[in-house]
Amino acid sequence: MIYFHNVCKVYPNNAVCLEDVNLTVSQGEFVSIVGHSGAGKTSLIKLILAEEKPTSGTVFFESTDIHALRSRDLTKLRQKIGTVFQDFKLLQNKTAYENIAFAMEAVGKSDKEIETDVPHVLDLVDLGDKFFHFPYQLSGGEKQRLAIARAIINQPEILIADEPTGNLDPINTYEIVQILKRINDMGTTVILTTHNKGVIDSIGKRVVTMEKGKIARDDKDGKYAM
Amino acid sequence: MNSLSRIIKSGWTNFTRNSVISIASVMVVTITLIVITSIILLQAVLFNSLNEIKNKVDVTIYFNVGAGEEKIMALKSAIEKIPEVESTDFISADEALVDFKERHANDYLVLQALDELDQNPLNAYLNVKAKEASQYEGIVKFLQSDNALARDSSTIIDKINYNQNKVIIDRLISIIDGAKKLGLIVTLLLVLISIIITFNTIRLTIFMAREEISIMRLVGASPKYVRGPFMMEGALYGIFSSLITVALFFPITLWFGNNMTSFLGLDLYKYYMHNFLQIAVIVLISGLILGVISSFFAVSKYLKK
Repeated sequence: MIYFHNVCKVYPNNAVCLEDVNLTVSQGEFVSIVGHSGAGKTSLIKLILAEEKPTSGTVFFESTDIHALRSRDLTKLRQKIGTVFQDFKLLQNKTAYENIAFAMEAVGKSDKEIETDVPHVLDLVDLGDKFFHFPYQLSGGEKQRLAIARAIINQPEILIADEPTGNLDPINTYEIVQILKRINDMGTTVILTTHNKGVIDSIGKRVVTMEKGKIARDDKDGKYAM
Repeated sequence: MNSLSRIIKSGWTNFTRNSVISIASVMVVTITLIVITSIILLQAVLFNSLNEIKNKVDVTIYFNVGAGEEKIMALKSAIEKIPEVESTDFISADEALVDFKERHANDYLVLQALDELDQNPLNAYLNVKAKEASQYEGIVKFLQSDNALARDSSTIIDKINYNQNKVIIDRLISIIDGAKKLGLIVTLLLVLISIIITFNTIRLTIFMAREEISIMRLVGASPKYVRGPFMMEGALYGIFSSLITVALFFPITLWFGNNMTSFLGLDLYKYYMHNFLQIAVIVLISGLILGVISSFFAVSKYLKK
């Protein structure tokens, strides 16, 4: 589903962020990418989202070279990917309901679909009583659950979670991991980056370990090993 | 259509929720529109003054005493056919005498001297008004030429006062031209400064929303869908600023109308009311263009990713 082929990423100050990365993520997999800060986890995610371009090499989403896409096609690609970030990236001047409705409007869903699906997904992440709360009125865990709800509302083919538990306490971390596992069980491919040992060990699925921009290990049923 | 209504709704929601930013932006756009409206009114005052001065200038053709009225009328209609001529006004020798007596009604000596003469000593004359002050020279040259239209005119024309007034007329032409050019330069400069200030203010408001723009793109919104609500917000800045501006100019022009009409030579309140629709449309379109175009370019910068 996602293929990294000899990918290198070097920033203008000659800082090598990714070096000769080859990685394949198959449909329906749950892949955790672990590594210290600066190991290249977030750069890997940014390349999938086409937020950045590789210095050399190619990244494919199915048969599409992500970085050869034009703006319009890039929009369509992003509609197939759900994203969750450590800093939530919620629209601050929109309510919980509107944040999710916006993602649906962006892909052209009808008002009727929005009215049906948004309450349903908010209930699913236990935010059924916070429809009209703005992000600043929610706790960290609630914000992240809202971000996940937004990420899955359009039934993406792949869900990318970049350090989603980084700002959360253990209880909220556990809840988020359980939600991600349920999403994966329903057939959505999940790519998770984290440096939380507890999270990795509790998932018990494929673990890709990164060190200094390279893939150091790729374990099918991995545990946190650093 | 659904998308358009969502864009309008979203733009309105953003406008009302970011009330402090919206008020600041509306104030800046209002200042720009006030500058534009003031310039429109100043131009009206300037052109009114110039027109008044221009209307005071004409060329008078004095005819010989006893010149046949038929010939004079033929010349008058020939002159009226010249495209540069706006109007002519013929004063016969008798009318000139009546006018002279009226003007000197209290001057007994002059009237007595006039009565002692056997015949009317005054010439008939023709006032010629050109469309532009710069056209007088051409008209006079035409009269002095052996043109078919003006043939035989030299036999009935005593003198043309253009040459005596030439220096004043030439100076007036250069003042009018200079005032027009200066007015245009000052107008362009003020409008340009106002547009730059407005553009930068709107750019600043969108700079604050840059994170929001990148999030919208990340959740799969097309550039058009991201840009739409911001352009709508820009349009709302323009609409509200226009309403404030046209409302503000009611009391402003009323004050000028009551207190400055004799100084300006124009009742600004009457002018404003008479041209209200045109001015309001200009202000509204200026406001919309400023708001929408500024937002369009400011958002584009953050849509590249």
